[in-house]
Amino acid sequence: MTEHVATNETILVVGGGISGMTAALEAAETGKNVVLVEKNPALGGRTSQLYRYFPKLCHPVCGLEINLRRLKNNPRVRVLTLAEVGGIEGDAGNYTVTVKVKPRYVNENCTACGDCGRAVETMVDDPFNYNLGQHKAAYLPNAMAYPQRYVLDPAIIGSADADRAKAACKYGAIDLDMQEETIQIKAGAVVWATGWQPYDAAKIQPYGYGRFKNVITSVEFERLADIHGPTGGKILRPSDGKEAKNIAFIQCAGSRDENHLRHCSRFCCMASLKQTHYVREKYPEDGRSTIYYIDIRAIDRFEDFYQKVQADSSVTFIKSKVAKITEDEHGNAVCHGVNTEGYKRYTTPHDLVVLAVGMEPSVKGINIPGHIVADSSGFIEADPANGAVFGAGCATNALDVNRAVQSATAAALRAIQVVNKVAKAEA
Amino acid sequence: MSANTAVADKYRNNFLKEIEEQVEMGDWVKMCMQCGVCSGSCPTNFQSAWEHPPQEIFMMIRAGKREEVLTTTSMWNCTSCYNCIVRCPRKLPITHIMHGIAEYAHRIGMAPKMQPTRFFSGLFWKNCTHTGRVNELKLSMGLYFKDGFVQGIKNGMAMQAVALGLVKARRLNVMELFGGHKCKDQKGIQSMLKKAYEIERSRKAARMAG
Repeated sequence: MTEHVATNETILVVGGGISGMTAALEAAETGKNVVLVEKNPALGGRTSQLYRYFPKLCHPVCGLEINLRRLKNNPRVRVLTLAEVGGIEGDAGNYTVTVKVKPRYVNENCTACGDCGRAVETMVDDPFNYNLGQHKAAYLPNAMAYPQRYVLDPAIIGSADADRAKAACKYGAIDLDMQEETIQIKAGAVVWATGWQPYDAAKIQPYGYGRFKNVITSVEFERLADIHGPTGGKILRPSDGKEAKNIAFIQCAGSRDENHLRHCSRFCCMASLKQTHYVREKYPEDGRSTIYYIDIRAIDRFEDFYQKVQADSSVTFIKSKVAKITEDEHGNAVCHGVNTEGYKRYTTPHDLVVLAVGMEPSVKGINIPGHIVADSSGFIEADPANGAVFGAGCATNALDVNRAVQSATAAALRAIQVVNKVAKAEA
Repeated sequence: MSANTAVADKYRNNFLKEIEEQVEMGDWVKMCMQCGVCSGSCPTNFQSAWEHPPQEIFMMIRAGKREEVLTTTSMWNCTSCYNCIVRCPRKLPITHIMHGIAEYAHRIGMAPKMQPTRFFSGLFWKNCTHTGRVNELKLSMGLYFKDGFVQGIKNGMAMQAVALGLVKARRLNVMELFGGHKCKDQKGIQSMLKKAYEIERSRKAARMAG
């Protein structure tokens, strides 16, 4: 990574998930200088937190690895982690962006040997695993983190633990005096790829998320299935660690609901169909999946994927939006509702209930610096009023990985056109 | 009307149009997406009492089943708990629609005559508008004798202990059977109601005329 001076021919990409990485790489590979800003300590975003992708059921490690390799080999991309955009000033072709960079307390000498992690005793919540587990306060954000560099949790700074970490490091990589910095970056165009967040399931009061331990979200379920997750890849229910073999998936948990998210989040049907494969994979003998749905929207060309799951005898489909969930004396989550095919009432206990939560843009309710036009769900719209700030990926719409990458490539192209104009004007 | 709405209109059958025009909040019926959360949230166990849960009624309306919908007892069982309205993802005012359909069925004389809710509503209204006060003794007796004299006596006997307790506690006056207490301006109340009826009738006639 060569340092380069950002000019108004530079493209700034905000967000280092699959969309931001794609936009940054596509632009850099056409010869543009790019600054990629990521608020977390590592790139990869929510894609890196998946166990598998649909439809091919391969691991995200693979797709991300290709992008990371492209990134490592490209001197035109400058990556800033633990960095957040504070403000955007100026107009298309001439922006000044204020970026706050939080201290990592670990410098580039780090070899990710892990000695500091072993020395530190304090445990903190692990956001990579959606706080289902804890990790040491000196940690590698995830197994394939880029940059491969440890992070010290600010909670231990000034404590004996921080000194222990420093003493354990053989490479002089730990710098406890790092401070938060605010830097200004010049840019001709900005790609806003801040992605999405799962809808707060606790707001769907009748489903009891947060009250019943065995009601979890689909993103948490991804972590349960992953070998790097809190259970080492075993699907165990949170209340008592029992093997969860009878699992319910509840679709439209928050989506398509005027009381929650107005839009269809698009990816959740495919995500649940995919997750039935996890159940079958982990419990080939007696794993059972039940999908409660309004209608299955296997978007795009994934109808065949849906048909294969339908043919799977371990999966049952019930056409019904679950009315409420209760808990029985065994800790099972009990789904109550009416099957609209035949109008029969059901009261069905499950070991574990997975809420296929909707997708909410991370930018929702956040004042994006620069007056961005958003739709009624908070997604960024393509609007001339946005100037040369272009939305990409899930900041613009509810998208799966595949479509997010397409959207990011489109945004990169728009940004390239702007900086090309700038270059022409200056020549 | 655009080409699109014209096509959509073709699929709105006459009964759906009738409901949209005549029933309070009836124009919401087409918005239902058949998720079933209203039925699942309903506290009445409709498998015995409800013939058709709300989203089935909406589907029946859209399928043009006029006779079945207007003569069913289902919407008369609604307890107005509002659980369905709170949970409906499309924000349909389901409780109000249920009452609206019931009212319409009653208005055009298709509601089941002896359905207890409907019967009691009529009884209550007559009872309290007559004198301007509710005569509880006549009201409960009226309900006891709904299914004939013999059943009435049986119901009365079953409730005997409660009635005696109420009399002892001075919550029930046996003399109410003869005339009963009235409000101060009985005639005023009645002329007020008469006027209200007239206004309602003319409004509904205008709506019927389309």
